[in-house]
Amino acid sequence: MSPTPALKAGTPAPDFTLPSTPDQKVSLSEFRGRPVVLVFYPADWSPVCSDQLALYNELLPDFSPFNAEILGISVDGIWCHLAFHQERKLRIPLLADFEPKGAVARRYGVYDESTGESERALFVIDADGIIRWSYVSPVGINPGADGILKALENLSSAPKEAAHAQN
Amino acid sequence: MHKTDFTDYEAGVARLTMPVSARDHAQGPDDAPLTLVEYGDYQCPYCGAAYPVVKRLQKTLGDKLRFVFRNFPLPQAHPYAMAAAEAAEAAGTLGKFWPMHDMIYENQEELSPESLAEWAHELGLADDKLEKALEAPEIDKRLKEDRSSGIRSGLNGTPTFYINGTRYDGPPDYPSLLAVLESELSVR
Repeated sequence: MSPTPALKAGTPAPDFTLPSTPDQKVSLSEFRGRPVVLVFYPADWSPVCSDQLALYNELLPDFSPFNAEILGISVDGIWCHLAFHQERKLRIPLLADFEPKGAVARRYGVYDESTGESERALFVIDADGIIRWSYVSPVGINPGADGILKALENLSSAPKEAAHAQN
Repeated sequence: MHKTDFTDYEAGVARLTMPVSARDHAQGPDDAPLTLVEYGDYQCPYCGAAYPVVKRLQKTLGDKLRFVFRNFPLPQAHPYAMAAAEAAEAAGTLGKFWPMHDMIYENQEELSPESLAEWAHELGLADDKLEKALEAPEIDKRLKEDRSSGIRSGLNGTPTFYINGTRYDGPPDYPSLLAVLESELSVR
């Protein structure tokens, strides 16, 4: 378990900058103006083929109407991510929360001290950088995608986004 | 405001959002006390492994079990999964859904676009028959319904099972599934 609880809806999402490839970094603040889905997961190389990331990879067409960016985050290093990304043919960026290890997971309250990995946690962040939905999955249970899609729908049904969607 | 009730989700209980109906491919009585719904991908090895498990459950539970199969192909991971799902549904429009379904899972290692045509032929669907059936707009509609209902029901990979409408999160092996099905039977 994480020593601090996961950040809740209504909390500003802590900004961070993490490497996404050996020569590129990604900051959360770059995505201001559109929703972001943060997918914290314990480790690369999960032994099942249809794991959580593979499912989200298949569901990118379902996320795209919301113009949402989906970011995977684990404590694995960048070279590990690179190999995993290529082998699984993922199109979702994977961020390395590697040095200092798990620092971003800790700030979101989803770092598991006992395993040294992040918990399986989801955060849906709105265009203004506010967390609108968060969920920590029970151990060993892949949460699926319906919660993310419901949260994204709730964002886009807010008056401002609705006006934007009509354009 | 714009709050959705996430109570079920927060409790980790995912429910089947599209109830089983006449549109579904089902084996077993409509009034069976147990309904097992599988969302599966024809090229997924875990679904292949679950295929004999389901057959064995059907044999053990007999008329107490109704089994429903819905499609959830993962085309990014499995290049022939969509073609296989379409072929099974097309065979379904000709009354041969289950024979095609079984044929694909029993020969999963040989799955390819060519083998699908051969298998259809073996089932008495000459090539042009299946090809014509594949054009039916109903097939695309069904696949889309299956897919979106799976996503909305908290599907989290393939296979995902639902027992009497609740997502089954245990291991997809015979003793584990049977234990949950039997306990469901005893509470009824």
